[in-house]
This record gives sequence, structure tokens and C-alpha cells, in this order.
Amino acid sequence: MVQFDKKSLPWHLFPYILPALILFAVFAGLPVLLSMRISLYEWPGIGTKTYVGLGNFHKLFFEEPWRTRFWGAFLNTSCIYFYFTLFQNVPALILAYLLSRGLRGSKIFRAIFFLPATMSVVMVGFIARLLFNPIMGPFNKLMEVIGLEFLSKPWLGLPETVLPTIAFVGSWQYIGIPMVLFLAGFLAIPEELVEASRIDGANELQTFWYVVLPQLAPIIGLVMVLTFAGNFTEFETVYSMAGPRAGPNYAADVFGTYFYRTSFGGGESIAKAQVGLGAAISMAIFVIVSIGILLWQWYNRRVDKWLGR
Amino acid sequence: MYKWLKYLTHGIIYFLFACQSLIVLLPIYVMVSASFKSNLEMIKNPMGFPSEPFVEGYIKAFKSGEYLLFFRNSLIVAFLTIALVLFFTTMAAYAIGRYRFKGSGALYFFFLAGLIIPLRLGTLNLFELVRSLKIYDNLLSLILIYSAKSVPLAMYILVPFVQQIPTELIDAARVDGCFTWGLYSKIVIPLIRPAMATVALLTFLSTWNDFYYPLIFLSSSTLYTLPLGVAKLFGQYSQDLNTAFSVLTVAIIPTTIIYLLLSRNFIEGLMKGAVKG
Repeated sequence: MVQFDKKSLPWHLFPYILPALILFAVFAGLPVLLSMRISLYEWPGIGTKTYVGLGNFHKLFFEEPWRTRFWGAFLNTSCIYFYFTLFQNVPALILAYLLSRGLRGSKIFRAIFFLPATMSVVMVGFIARLLFNPIMGPFNKLMEVIGLEFLSKPWLGLPETVLPTIAFVGSWQYIGIPMVLFLAGFLAIPEELVEASRIDGANELQTFWYVVLPQLAPIIGLVMVLTFAGNFTEFETVYSMAGPRAGPNYAADVFGTYFYRTSFGGGESIAKAQVGLGAAISMAIFVIVSIGILLWQWYNRRVDKWLGR
Repeated sequence: MYKWLKYLTHGIIYFLFACQSLIVLLPIYVMVSASFKSNLEMIKNPMGFPSEPFVEGYIKAFKSGEYLLFFRNSLIVAFLTIALVLFFTTMAAYAIGRYRFKGSGALYFFFLAGLIIPLRLGTLNLFELVRSLKIYDNLLSLILIYSAKSVPLAMYILVPFVQQIPTELIDAARVDGCFTWGLYSKIVIPLIRPAMATVALLTFLSTWNDFYYPLIFLSSSTLYTLPLGVAKLFGQYSQDLNTAFSVLTVAIIPTTIIYLLLSRNFIEGLMKGAVKG
């Protein structure tokens, strides 16, 4: 590392930094930071924008049908976050722990578990739609054959099953990512720590619960915040399995689909694009995700203190 | 001592591994086998092996030539994105990883913030920008957006790699008359090749698989990338399961092959940064 005078800027490095910086700022960073602006206008996507002040936010929070849809999407997105935690993050933690014991063949299993994460989200959604097809789908046929008829139903067609089914398929696909993060965490735990607790007479479960798991607290936090930010902007999983209107009577409508429908048209009772209103929705998501990130940082400080680092 | 207990634990672990493998592989098996079954056979025999290979679905999928076009578009986008990302981020990673100057920490933080903050929240500003640059319905818009979106992860992987290069190596080169560009192209680039491979692979997967941005930024179907094209074909064949499964099988094969060939580098590349997190 070469230390430069803090006051002078190293002009000769600019040509190295600027291409990446400009690319990232113009096509990724600034659009996020400036998303406030469009929410103050009414804009059908092409043509002129009309300034409406906070009118879009008023619509979103006080006028029908947008108000109902907004809180519906909020509830469903929160539910899907809960389901992803349950179906994806908890099993990923268990699998990672078992993989970290390094039994013969662990690397092959690790590669198998990760495989679906390399596929396209919409394609996985489409496969699920075919497998769960109520008339010809192989899943229901299989359930009938093995005598579990009560499990043979239109999983993606019923308001009470559509959301958990979508979350299950999403977890099927993405379990590999938290698993790999957890695995890295487990492998980084010093051997002596585990040995010491064994010598003190702790059994397998006690060692896991009191010694191993606390060491993983930072990565658990990271996985939870990544899942949170991912779920609150999730779109393709729901779109590919339940369409832009997100299932029977909006039963699977999440922020991602609500945002898409509103911004680009298609589905709402007023089926025209309302980009300004869409921007207001994305502002609301931005605030929610920011709260999640702040909570995560607070959690990180607590964990650091607790682990004495 | 307690040998039976050890065997029992191992047995349970392998049982759980086998269950999860079944959950992962069964749907993939059903997809591939169903793509070789006629619709009638699929109803009679949903899980079994196809009695005789039925390739009608594959023929239907490729007949119009549209499908090959989607592959071509995806290849163009993926390769240009990878080239742009590697060129830009190795240079920036070299500057940030090798030199410390006023604002270098803030700069690094700005890049890394993109890992946690969902960049999708800027979609509408991008939409406005793309329209005003007149690159709406143009593959260039996707290439620029994907490259920008890939910068944070690339920096996250590359910068620590640059920092690990021993100072002596660079000092020696400096004595030999290598200045900044020479250091970058002759010393840094060859040393960070493994990290560049990881970046290329991750960029390829995220670009190849993305559905969201083409859905918003493309309108003519001749420009569709693979996931959007598959969605179009899927719409046509959603009641013709055999053809739909054939389309999906072909679409998933390329990434699966690449993954199977490189899975170890791939997973270990991802694990490396996680602990420092």
C-alpha cells in the first residue's frame, strides 16, 4: 500500500478509477439515490411530467385501491420474508453445520445443494408451474400414486397456499447461497474452542448451541439482512409463478409485483402506467430496507461487544 | 469408545444429505425426462423413465429459429458485460487496493454499499435515463446496466486480492522502470487472474439468468435475451407440457454445464470473502 499525502489528490490514478466510478454511479448508484425525484411527478412513462408534490404519496397511503394494495403487499412481503427464513435460512444453517464436519463426499453434496442457485429464477418458476399444474402436473400425480391425496391440490391457485408455495420454490432454488456463507463461518471457528467445550463435558447439542452458534452470529445477521433486502425487492419469483397480478385476488402480491404493475401498467383496475406512483412505492421500499440495514448495523455492534472484539 | 454413536450420527447426516439431494434433483429429473415424453405418456407415467425418446418438443422449440436468436442475444450481452466489467474493475481495484489517498476509503465503501442496498430501487430513474439516451429497446442499455450492477461484487473480490500482492514484488518492478500502467498490466493483472475468473463467472451467471431488466428495457422480441424469450415461448406452450419442458431443459443446460465444470472454484470463491464479511 502506498500512502499519499492526505491533502493532494493523486491525479495520475484518476484514469484508473473514473471508468468504474462513472459507470457505477450513473447506471447504479445515482439512480437509487435520486429515486425521490420522480415520485413527485405524474408521468405515464413517455411525454411530459407534471409536478404533483406529495400527491403520489397521498394516493398511496390514503386513496383506494392503492392503499389496500400497499398494505396487502407489505403484509405479503413480510410473510414471504418469514417463509424464506423458515424454508431457506434455517435448513441452510443445519446443512452447513453438517457439511462443515467434513464427512467423505461432503464436497459433492455441497455442489448438488448449490446447483439450483445457478439457474434463472423465472425458469425455476416456470418449472414449478408445470410441476404443480393442477390437471397434468407430475407433482399431484405423484401424491395420488403414493396415497397422499390430501396433498394433491392446485398449490399455486389457492389464495391460502400460493404464497408459501412460491416461498418454498424460491427457497429450493436459493438455499445454496446462505448455506455457503454459513459453511464459511463454521469452517472459520477455531478447533480449540470446540475441543475445549468437549473436554468440559458438553455434549453435541450443547457444543453447537453454546459454543458454535454464537460464533456464527455475524454471518447470521448478514444472511438475514441480505434475505430482507432481497425479499423486499423480490419480483421474478412471484411474477413467474403467479403472474403480474400475483395470484388469485392478489394473494401473493408483494412489493416487487405491485411496483412493476403500477410503474409499467398491466393488471390494476386502472391499467395505465403511473411511473410517479411507482417511484413513490420504491421510495417506501427504500425506507423499509434502510430501516432493516440500520437494525443490522445496530445488531452488528451488539454482537461485536458480546463476542468481545 | 461410543463407536456405534459415531456411526449413528454419520448415518443420520448421510440420510439428511440424501433427502436434500433428492429434493434438489427430483424436479430436475422430472423436467428432463418429461421433455422426452409425449403429453399422453406424461399423464400415464409422470415419474418414470420415458419409454421411448420423444423429441417433438425439441423440434417445435427450435423450428421457428427464434430460440437461437435468444441464445445469440444472451451471449452478446453476457460477453460484452464481462469484458467491460473486468477491464474497468481491475483498473479501479488496482488503484484502490494499491494506493491510499484522500477519499479512497469512502470510494471503496461507496462501491461496496451496492452489495447490500438493492440497486433495483433505482429502476425508474434508469428507465428515464435509458429513454433520454435513446438506448431503450437496445442491448446496449442492458450491457451498461449489468456492468454497473456487477461493479460492487467485482470490487469486493478484486480489491483484497490486489492488497495481498507483496510490496517487494511491486518495488522490484518499479526499480526495473515499470510505472503505473506497466505495474497494472504486467504485474497486477497476471497475479489476480484467479480472482478475475471468479468475477467473470459470477457476472456471467447473473447476466445470463436475469429476467427483470430485459422485461423493462426491451420491447422488440428479436432482441429478447434467453429468460425473456423462454417466458415468451412458455406463454405459447404453457398447456403443451412436453414442449414447455423441452424449452426449459435447453435453456438451463449451458449454465449447468459451466457450473458442473467449475463448481469447486465457484463455491470457494464465494466462501473466501464471507468470513471477513
